[in-house]
Amino acid sequence: MDASGGTQGPSAGRPSSADVEMQDQKEAAPGIARHDVEAVNVGAATKTSLYKAREAVHPKRVYGTFRNVKWAVMIVTLGIYYLLPWVRWDRGPGAPDQAVLVDFGAPRFYFFFIEIWPQEVYYITGLLILAAIGLFFVTALLGRVWCGYACPQTVWTDLFIWVERFVQGDRNARLKLAKAPWTFDKIRKIATTHAIWILIAIATGGAWVFYFNDAPTLAQNLLTGTAHPAAYMFIGVLTFTTYSLGGFMREQVCIYMCPWPRIQAAMIDEDALAVTYRTDRGERRGAHKKGDTWEGRGHCIDCKQCVVACPMGIDIRDGLQLECIQCALCIDACDSIMDKVGLPRGLIAYDTDINITRRQAGEPGRFNFVRHRTVAYAAILAVVGAVMLYGLLSRDLLELNALRDRIPNYVMLSDGSMRNGYTLKIHNMRPTEEEFRVTLEGLEGARFRLVGDSADRDTLPLFTAPRDRVDTIRFYIAVPPDRLPADDQTPITFRIENTERGTVETARSVFVTGGRR
Amino acid sequence: MTDQKEIDDHSGVETTQHVWDGIKELNNPLPRWWLWIFYATVIWSVIYWIFMPAWPLVSSYTPGLRGHSDRANVAQDLVEMYAERAAYAVRLNEASLEQIRSTPELLEFAIAAGDAAFGENCAPCHGRGAQGAPGYPNLNDDIWLWGGSLDEIAYTIRYGIRNENTSSHFSQMPAYGADGILTQTEIDDVTEYVISLSGGDANAAMARRGAGIYAEQCAACHGPTGGGDRLFGAPNLADREWLYGGDRETIRATIADSRFGVMPPWEDRLDPATLRALAVWVHERGGGED
Repeated sequence: MDASGGTQGPSAGRPSSADVEMQDQKEAAPGIARHDVEAVNVGAATKTSLYKAREAVHPKRVYGTFRNVKWAVMIVTLGIYYLLPWVRWDRGPGAPDQAVLVDFGAPRFYFFFIEIWPQEVYYITGLLILAAIGLFFVTALLGRVWCGYACPQTVWTDLFIWVERFVQGDRNARLKLAKAPWTFDKIRKIATTHAIWILIAIATGGAWVFYFNDAPTLAQNLLTGTAHPAAYMFIGVLTFTTYSLGGFMREQVCIYMCPWPRIQAAMIDEDALAVTYRTDRGERRGAHKKGDTWEGRGHCIDCKQCVVACPMGIDIRDGLQLECIQCALCIDACDSIMDKVGLPRGLIAYDTDINITRRQAGEPGRFNFVRHRTVAYAAILAVVGAVMLYGLLSRDLLELNALRDRIPNYVMLSDGSMRNGYTLKIHNMRPTEEEFRVTLEGLEGARFRLVGDSADRDTLPLFTAPRDRVDTIRFYIAVPPDRLPADDQTPITFRIENTERGTVETARSVFVTGGRR
Repeated sequence: MTDQKEIDDHSGVETTQHVWDGIKELNNPLPRWWLWIFYATVIWSVIYWIFMPAWPLVSSYTPGLRGHSDRANVAQDLVEMYAERAAYAVRLNEASLEQIRSTPELLEFAIAAGDAAFGENCAPCHGRGAQGAPGYPNLNDDIWLWGGSLDEIAYTIRYGIRNENTSSHFSQMPAYGADGILTQTEIDDVTEYVISLSGGDANAAMARRGAGIYAEQCAACHGPTGGGDRLFGAPNLADREWLYGGDRETIRATIADSRFGVMPPWEDRLDPATLRALAVWVHERGGGED
């Protein structure tokens, strides 16, 4: 790994895009010897500033397998993001019919057939563990595929570049437009680009808030200006971030803001795949004229198509580097050139540095996917996934908590009876009203008195728990002096039974006498 | 320092030409936008000073153009909360205490409101769980000095005990020792008798002597068999519950010096709905009488 490349910034020690253009032209002329010198120190005898301005990157359109994969991933991920809040899912009367809804007011999280209560937030924890380990796993196998294909920053930047290209043309046209004086045509093109960007940004912020409210209702409220100010605020913030990060910051986000490239440095090992320039095959690089032999030289003709295709503004031939998001667009760019010059594809390919070393030593390259860490990640993924699945499938729609009064711990009545106060919380997670029979086990001679009662009861009555909420029942249990248990604390069990469905839930507690018998 | 570049030999990176103890600082330039964001935060902080409370002054602070005050916001929230509760307060005031108790919705509100009001006003003496303390009755049990029905509890809360309010409960136990009504020996004898009333381990001979004195001096209020009298707030001496403690020394001190538990009248401090909610809350602690 080129560690120093990471600390030097994006293009320190590399030619600027303007230099690249000039070299492109030089190399196009046949018979002229080309000096492959990186001109970092030329004309810079004075000190470099402490701050470095961003150099705009104008990636060139490429065609190929990985570009197609990226289009597909973009369509699927953005499609899910923008449209998912509009998917309906019938949960019966009184319940929201939005398939994916984070309802902070209720508070409930709905995901198709799953409904999560706040105390079940451990499912989210499990999901985050799965996501983290999944990321480690994929990284150990295939390198930064997350960065290259699925990261929102990558996907939206790709979309924004597509808009830019659609309005202003491909790389050369954009470079020309950037240098051109401010004519009406330039203003029109730039304004159109930014207008489309802002529309996309608004749609992005707009889609976000729909996940937290009923989408059709909120959409109507947003349009009529009657939605909650927080909704407009979130749309505003996300519009700003999408517009600025996708339109202006782009590769700066990956290079300076995001911690993942740094974490990446620790996650990748020598066997992890990475978008790699195969130096063993490419070097010595140099211009190639038709009819010349390929013997005694490398296959890289130094056309720099990989450099101009790169959305990060780097040269993949410098080796594995922090700035490379491994989007594989340089592979497509290089493959199309290899086809033209009649050489096999794969001068730049998913490969490993250790394979380059092996091939240079005359050994065949090999891929080693089954390693200690990949096996461990897969095992953790399987275990956590299985636990999550079991948890979701065996999830109870009924829960019972028994809370005993602590102040006072117990009360002695005038006849010497000892009394404890209890609060039962019945979590009825069903979408329907349910009736429960509550019984007490483990205490002889118990008398019950509900709040609001005028006399003791022998048994507790039937309770009706409202749909989809926690019902609270408070009552006192008294034991007459002649039947008091010998122990200071007597373990007891509350048992609730759904009278119709027969489902049973229990909660344990104690009956305390304070040793007064 | 010169304008000439200096490249660090080890890393190949340009230095800033700053040297401390022979250590050179490398110049890996920050992105320019980072600097802009820093300036933006500086400008933001100045805007914040102008609009929001910011700088402490000698005895106050700069209030800012927006006049923002968390204290005022809380006051506003409270006003809104009371407005929201007003509908219930009206219903609490219109219903009888018994109706509140038999209407689940009102009962739930009264218990919740009563619990909050008890914690704020009553807990310092009676304890957060109304468990009481020596001299302050436990409100969870079924033993009541001045009566345990809803109306009696409401009356006690409203007017209090032995205070300046003309409607408050009032009674006065003589200080038999301090006022010289009984001799030390007689007090000892009555003490033994009082202990014997609740089945305690008393000196039989002394208790026998004390019985006569009790009938003469104490029975008028505490009853001939020590059952107490709620008209005077006179405690039952025959049960095992002792307000100030049931040991010999405490009982003797009570007889000799008397006890005057006081409770303020809450009608001056709490609104009628809260008073009613408190009465229901205390009643529903499990010891309320019908």
